Amino acid sequence: MRRVLLAAALLGLFVLAWQGVASLHSVDDLTLASPVETFDALRTDWSLLWDNAWVTLVEVLLGLAVSLAAGVVFAVAMHLFRPLRDAAYPLLVASQAIPIVVLAPIFVLAFDYGMGPKLAIVALICFFPITVNLLDGLRSVEPELLKLMRSLGASRLRTLRSVELPAALPFLFSGLKVAATVSVIGAVFGEWAGADKGLGRLVLLGNNQLQTPRVYAGIVLLTLMAVALFALVVLAERVACPWNRKEMPA
Amino acid sequence: MQTEAEAPPQEPLSLENVTRRYRKVMALAGIELALRPHEVVAVVGPSGCGKSTLLELVAGLQEPDQGVVRVLGAAHPAALRAACGYMPQRDLLLPWRDALSNAALALECQGVPRTEARRRAAPLFERFGLADFEHSRPAALSGGMRQRVAFLRTLLGGRPVLLLDEPFGALDSITRAGMQQWLADALVEEPRTVLLVTHDVEEAIFLADRVAVLSPRPGRVIAEFDVDLARPRSRRAIVADPAFGGLVRRALDALETGALEPRSPGGRPDSEPARAGTGSQDSEPAGTGTGSSPVEGSP
Repeated sequence: MRRVLLAAALLGLFVLAWQGVASLHSVDDLTLASPVETFDALRTDWSLLWDNAWVTLVEVLLGLAVSLAAGVVFAVAMHLFRPLRDAAYPLLVASQAIPIVVLAPIFVLAFDYGMGPKLAIVALICFFPITVNLLDGLRSVEPELLKLMRSLGASRLRTLRSVELPAALPFLFSGLKVAATVSVIGAVFGEWAGADKGLGRLVLLGNNQLQTPRVYAGIVLLTLMAVALFALVVLAERVACPWNRKEMPA
Repeated sequence: MQTEAEAPPQEPLSLENVTRRYRKVMALAGIELALRPHEVVAVVGPSGCGKSTLLELVAGLQEPDQGVVRVLGAAHPAALRAACGYMPQRDLLLPWRDALSNAALALECQGVPRTEARRRAAPLFERFGLADFEHSRPAALSGGMRQRVAFLRTLLGGRPVLLLDEPFGALDSITRAGMQQWLADALVEEPRTVLLVTHDVEEAIFLADRVAVLSPRPGRVIAEFDVDLARPRSRRAIVADPAFGGLVRRALDALETGALEPRSPGGRPDSEPARAGTGSQDSEPAGTGTGSSPVEGSP
């Protein structure tokens, strides 16, 4: 409870400061919309914002789902086959070094205008934290425990199922937390490269048309989306790993 | 197992001239030891003398550089693993499983489905003083309880030979005394051939039928004697028994002379004083963590 209050207090301070800066005479209304104007835009443009937010949310969720599935498969495969890990790890890192800003237009060219490229971009940037964290988790099991499993006569798959995967679950959730927050950024980049719907496109359009309050409303919604996704992952972790509960800022 | 039809008084476990070295460090040098069926043998030695290595060799988790380890006549590491129930020093319970499922893991590893494994593990909880703790997660159990669960897991493996690596090393002395009594009683109920490793002389003598004393690194058996104290034993009665005191002294004497005698033919300059043999990072496989306390002094 104290944590919630502290977080709310800081947020309140931030909004106040924002309002203060926006109210200064030297600050142009077109440069910075105040919280009040932003809230106004949220109300008047609600149906427009909601429709576009929905599109972005679907991109984000599908992208996350794809990266989760692929990440689990890859991490487990890399864990089980050492040569695959040695071969694929550098590529995995390299995939993160490519700037998404550059990649997005190429994806749009390759996958056309629709959902495809956004999904691919979201999946691409979420894949990395999920795979790397899960892989670390699978390797986190103490050697002594592996020795014990060997002496108990456990097969490789039994050890994976009973020991390594459960031990890696908290790591997977750590990866998912990172993925949940960057997924929204990925979707926005995807939409900027070419889209006919979505919050990212709406923000870009609003910027060009000098509808500053609408731009800010879009940003607020995108932020809320990322925070909500993060909270969802935290919640899922609590349900899935009850033994691992430690006091963590949610 | 496959030789069950042969002569019954088969040696369940024997070590012949077993030697193990890690790079330049000699951990074990020519260990000779043989166990009779249902005999409990305790190996005592200072920290870093290769006790844990010895158990891992018998458990089939390592292979000797020289010599042979035989369990029920077989020497192949896979055969050793199949014949030995190995209980490491730490309980290594899985935090996400309750106590019952942790014990049942031994059965699951042999292909028994989870529910069936739990069903078969349950009666042991009743018998060994863990009733009502079946559904507790390890985090909710005391150190002694966790060690009991780990022991039940070892028992449920159904192996004829048990290898216990400092089973109570991490417990406080009061809990440890209770657990020693518990283990002695458990072995009366479930007789097995047991090779037990410890640095606690009293624990060794209380639990074992025979004690083998190991020298500091490189470990060799420097003394071996029978513990002819009647069973079932009670810890309280036994510590007052003069025969117990005599055996403790004998073991401590052996440990002391072992520590003092020159360690290798050659010079002293290279060999650090053996008495303080706690620097064990080379002779013990990484992370077994036995190197914390030196040999127990006299009571």
